[in-house]
This record gives sequence, C-alpha cells and structure tokens, in this order.
Amino acid sequence: MSTGMPFRWLRRPTLACAFSLAALLQGAAQAQDSFKLGIVTFLSGPAAESFGVPARHGAEFVIGELNKGSAPAPYNKVGFGGLKIEPVFVDENGGATKQVQELRNLYQRENVDAVVGYISSGDCLAVAPAAEELKRFLILFDCGTPRIFEEAQYKYVFRTAAHATQDNVALGRYMKSRNVKVGTFNMINQDYAWGHDSKADFVATMQQLYPDAKPQADLLPKFGAGQYGTEISALAREKADVIYSSLWGGDLQAFILQAAPRGLFQNSQLVLSAADHVLPSLGEKMPNGAIIGARGAYGLMSPKTPLNDWFFNGYQAQRNVWPVQGAYRITQALLGLKVAVEKAMEQNGGKKPTPEQLAAAMENSEWESPGGKIQMKLGNGHQAIQPIAIGRTRYDPAKKMVILEDIQHFEAECVNPPAHMKSIDWIKAGFPGAKCDGRT
Amino acid sequence: MSRTAISVGAVGVIGALLAIGALLPSWLLFLVTMAASHGVVSLGILLIMRGGLVSFGQGLFFAVGGYAVALTVNRWGATDALVLVGLGGAAAGLVGAITGPLLARYSGIFFGMLSLALSMVLYGILVKSTALGGSDGFNIPRPTILGWRLEGASGDYALYALAVVVTGVAAWLCAIYTRSVRGLVTLAIQANPLRVEYLGASVRGIMALNFALAAVLGGVGGALTVLALGHIEPTFAYWTQSGEFVFVAILAGPRSVSAIFAASLVLELVRSFSNLYFPNTWQLALGVFLLAVILFLPGGIGSLGQARIWRRPTKGRDLAALRAGEAAE
Repeated sequence: MSTGMPFRWLRRPTLACAFSLAALLQGAAQAQDSFKLGIVTFLSGPAAESFGVPARHGAEFVIGELNKGSAPAPYNKVGFGGLKIEPVFVDENGGATKQVQELRNLYQRENVDAVVGYISSGDCLAVAPAAEELKRFLILFDCGTPRIFEEAQYKYVFRTAAHATQDNVALGRYMKSRNVKVGTFNMINQDYAWGHDSKADFVATMQQLYPDAKPQADLLPKFGAGQYGTEISALAREKADVIYSSLWGGDLQAFILQAAPRGLFQNSQLVLSAADHVLPSLGEKMPNGAIIGARGAYGLMSPKTPLNDWFFNGYQAQRNVWPVQGAYRITQALLGLKVAVEKAMEQNGGKKPTPEQLAAAMENSEWESPGGKIQMKLGNGHQAIQPIAIGRTRYDPAKKMVILEDIQHFEAECVNPPAHMKSIDWIKAGFPGAKCDGRT
Repeated sequence: MSRTAISVGAVGVIGALLAIGALLPSWLLFLVTMAASHGVVSLGILLIMRGGLVSFGQGLFFAVGGYAVALTVNRWGATDALVLVGLGGAAAGLVGAITGPLLARYSGIFFGMLSLALSMVLYGILVKSTALGGSDGFNIPRPTILGWRLEGASGDYALYALAVVVTGVAAWLCAIYTRSVRGLVTLAIQANPLRVEYLGASVRGIMALNFALAAVLGGVGGALTVLALGHIEPTFAYWTQSGEFVFVAILAGPRSVSAIFAASLVLELVRSFSNLYFPNTWQLALGVFLLAVILFLPGGIGSLGQARIWRRPTKGRDLAALRAGEAAE
C-alpha cells in the first residue's frame, strides 16, 4: 500500500464527529415521568438460548403488562408507581471487563435509574463493587455463587434469587423423601466455578443425608466441551445408583443426547440440579424418570396461583413456549423492584426515589412472585431466599412434551442457610435451623 | 523526529490529555482509562511485530501483571497504585525474561502458537485454582496514591491520570527505543534475519529483549486494568483477550506508537456503542467495522498520519522512519 488516499476525507471530520457524538450523548436528560431500567442478560453466547433470551422475553412480557397496568393485584398499578418503565437491553456476553464498562455506561451515559441483570457468577462478582462505588441501584437476578454476599457487604446491590446452595440441598432432600436408593453415586460437572461449587454442595449434602453413600467417578469436563464420549464410557464402567450433574444449556443437551442411546440412564438414576430450561428443546429425547430441579419453583413445577397463571399463560401465548428459569427469575426481580419503588415513593411523597431510598425500601423486603414468596433474608437483607421444587420427568406423547410429576415443593427455609452462616458450613453442620413443613 | 521533538511531543500530549480528562463525562473517562490500559499491551505487540513476529499470547503477561497486583493487594494489603503498577510490570517482565529466550528461537507461526500455548497454560491453571477465585476471579478494593484513597469522581480522574501518565511515558520510551540502533535492527530482522546475523548482531538476543520489554508493557497494562476495574478473572489470559491485543496492533498498523492508543480507543468506542444500539447483533457491527478497516485502510490507523508525510518532500530528516515504513510493508 502506498497511500491512504481514498480516506483523505476521513482525517479531520472523524475527530469532529467523535466529539459531537460525545456532546450529543451527554445531553440525554433524566426524565421524571418514566423509570429508565437497564437490563443486562445474555443475548449471544452459550447461555443465551438457555437463560438469557427467555429472561429477555420474560422482561418484555412483564414490562408490557406493568406499563398497561394489566398485571394482577397487588401489581396492578401502572409501571412502577405510575412511572412508565423504559427498558434498555444490553448483551451480557463479552467478559467481566466489558460488563463493568457497560454498567458504568448505563448509569453515567444512559442515566438509567436502576439496573437489573447478570446471569454469570463472574460478571456478578465484578459488577457488584462497581455499582457500589458509583452509589447506584443494582439487582442481580440470576447468578448462582454464594460468594457475593458471603464475602462482602453492599448497600446498593441486591440479589432477588436464591443462590445455588438450595438446588443441591433440595435434590438431596427429595431423594431422601422418595427413598431413592443411593449406595454409590457418580458425578459429572463442568470444570469452572459453577460446576465445582455445585459438586461441593451436593457431596456435602449427601454426606449428611446419605452418610453411607460412596462417591465414585468425579468427572470434570471443560465448559463447552460438547463431546462426552470418554466421560460416558467412564460413567458406564463405574456403575453407580445415581448420576449427578450440574451441566446446563448446550452442554447438558449434548451429554443427554450422547449418553441416552448408550443406555447410561437405564441402570442409574439421573439427577440434575438445573434442567427445566432444556425440556422444551429436548422434548422426547429427555430420558423418563430423571429427577430434576429448576433453581426454583418454576415452569412446569410452578405453584397454582393467580399470579403464576397470569405469567405462565401470558408468556406462553406471546412466545409459544412455556416460561423457564430465566423468565421466572427476571420476573421476580422486576416485581421486587416494583414493590421497592412504590414503597419508597409512599415515603418520599410520590417523587422518583433516589438510589438510597430504593435501597432502604428493598432491604429485608418480601413479595409474591409467580414462583412463590421471595424474602430478602440473607446478607443483611440483600440476598433472597425462595421456595424450590423438584420433580421427575416423563414424556407425554399425547401432549408432545415432557411433563413433570411427583413434584415436591420445599419451603425457602428448608433448603437455604440462615443469615450469618456460610452455606457450605451450614450443610456440613447438618442444616441447623432448617424449617421443613413448618417444623424445625 | 529527533529525540527532543519526541520528548516535547510526549509531554505535550500527556499534558493535553490530563486537561481534557477534567472535561470528559465520567463514562468516557473510564472508557479511555480502559483503552489506555489495553493499548499499552498492544504497544508491546508492536515491538515484537516490528521484528516480523506476532505474539498471540500477550494475555499471559496481562494476567501475570494483573494477578500479581490483585494478590499483593489482598494478601499483603499494599495499596499504593504507583508501587503496584511497577510491581505488575516487574512480575510480568520476569516471566518474559524467562520465556523470552525460549520463544525467540522460533519464528513465524511457531512463535505465535507457542506464545498462545503458554498463555493458555496459565489460563488453565488459574481456572482450576480455587484459592485464586477459580473461573469467577475475585475483587480488590480501590487503590491509594501517596496515601490518598481513590474514591468517587476524583478517584476516577486519578485513575485516568495514572493510566494516561504511565502509558504516555511507556509510549514515549517505546518511540525512542524504536528509533534507537536496536530498534532499527529489529526492522532489519523482519526484512532478513540471516543478513542481520552476518552483520554480527544476535537475532535471538534482540528478539528476546523485545519480548521481555513487551512482557513488561503487558504487565503494566494488566496492573492498570485491575486497579481501575477492581476485579480480575482468568479470562485475562484467555486467547480471545490476546487476540484483541493483536487486533488493536493490526488496526493501528506497525508504523506509529500513538496510533496504537487511537486504535484501542476506537475499538472500545465502537464496541460500546454497537453494544447499546444493536444489543442482539453487536458482534456483527464490530465485525463489519473491522472488515471495513482491513479493506479500506490496510496500513492501519497509523497510515492516516503517515500518508501526509509521504506526499511531502522528506528533507532527509525522516528517512529512517520512512524506510521503516517501507520495510514494514
């Protein structure tokens, strides 16, 4: 190349453009009659299909209904306390550095009043201190790691969903109450924080509930491996009563599709900590009789309440598929935010609440969601506990879909640690203070 | 340009950026801080690229610098940002000095792949180290500068100023280095390594030195990033991160040190706005932009400024730089 000739016009005008663009964007003023809400969820990447896009669809449905004022009581006020909700969607894909940057852009450039978002635990850990530093309101709606409020304290950051401990404690309790025989168990989990944490919780739970059960194969394929031939051979060789897995999304689908034809699930009971999100896409390929969790009382295991009927049927009518975990979790975050905004507005005379007022209203609050009652009981009133359900799969040829039967619901305090106790210590101490069926 | 001209220019640019920073909105301030911290890593790639090699593993030094800083903060409570940046650079430089002589024996794709492999080894170790936060990483508190805790808006500006000054000084030193004898021999290596050996210079020695310098820059970039971000995770060493550094170097072109930072800033801006306006297809928007640059500006952003010199009579003063440009193509 000898010159940059065709682009001579680019030289100075580019600079001018950049500056005028910057000036233009600064002018975005904060409106008083609407509530601008940043929503960050996976719109691309491996977690998009399973969690991110259902969450976006859930948010769009709920925000649409709230803005029309057509949600059932007590959520029938328009928007958030009369303020129309104006969502700004951002993709969570791209790593923690990008998330911190985009979170700052949402608060400082787009002037959003609050942000609801984050599915990946790594992203949650990274953005929480950034929001705290900026003194702006943030709700984490899905990520699983217990570390966020167990390792640090926040004023402006909340998580409106229970962390991952309850998934594994509930699985153990379900197997115990159904008298599933567990002499030995095999495990296959992804080799990253989620897989390691889930495995640790499950093993600790099994030591409490099934002290004689022997762990055998402990396989840790890498995240996004896609091919599980070797692992399936190892699992088939080490015959066990139970196969436990915390795989999710595409990895879980690939594992099931590859293992089922080799008869792996005929001799062993399959136990999955989070699998409802793959049921719509797997359909009849999902083995019958698998014990699965949904990280809450969600989707096909959701309770029969008017609130859930509104959400489940409305979402299904809009999207032609029933709502799964991601959609439920963002809904409980949005409803919790609505309760907090309205409570804060009651106290400040109907003005749009400041982040401080929002945080004060959100702390220790409780509200009903389609998946049951959410209580902000842990982490000084910043971390939710919630009920959860576990069920067994069966493909129903008449309905052409997987149905869940033999469902058991667990109260929040039966499967979640009490405040001021780390989850893993609570499991290892034998679940002190757990209240199941109203009894301790 | 003479050394004095470069030095005066560097001081001027740093001063101007410090003044502009006071006027920038805070989101842009943070974006520029990130662009500068990432740009300095790509600056290291530039040093290697001038010798005809491309390192696909600068994420290794980026992560070593970042983790060295983050662990020092959390384990030993050191908080002074200046000390920490120096420490990040030194830690990465040490790793670079050890791996450099090994890597310098290889050329072309073998060098690229080996550097990539080393960074992925570190990534694998970090993901499995639960004591270091595993794949989720961990957080560090905001640092101090000379005993003053960086908080709020003034803290944001201080971190920006730190990034601008540190990367500015690094760029200034690199500009001088690339015009020194060793720097020019690096260009000769790209043209014909065999002939350089016959001239009596050690190709391996020079490339190992370039590699170690690039490692220091990578560590400094990692340290600055961690201090501003407050969070570190193994993706710092992942190949996509390394690829991004290479990309910025290509976007800038091999001619100019300052173009690296312009390219880094442009990349961050394009990514941020495409992410906002096309949340579903921002990668596509980013890809189209990159493709457009490669198609219409194959010499990179640096060729925009240089093209002007090209047309003007050179008066002999910049002959070396001009030759450098020719050789680079």
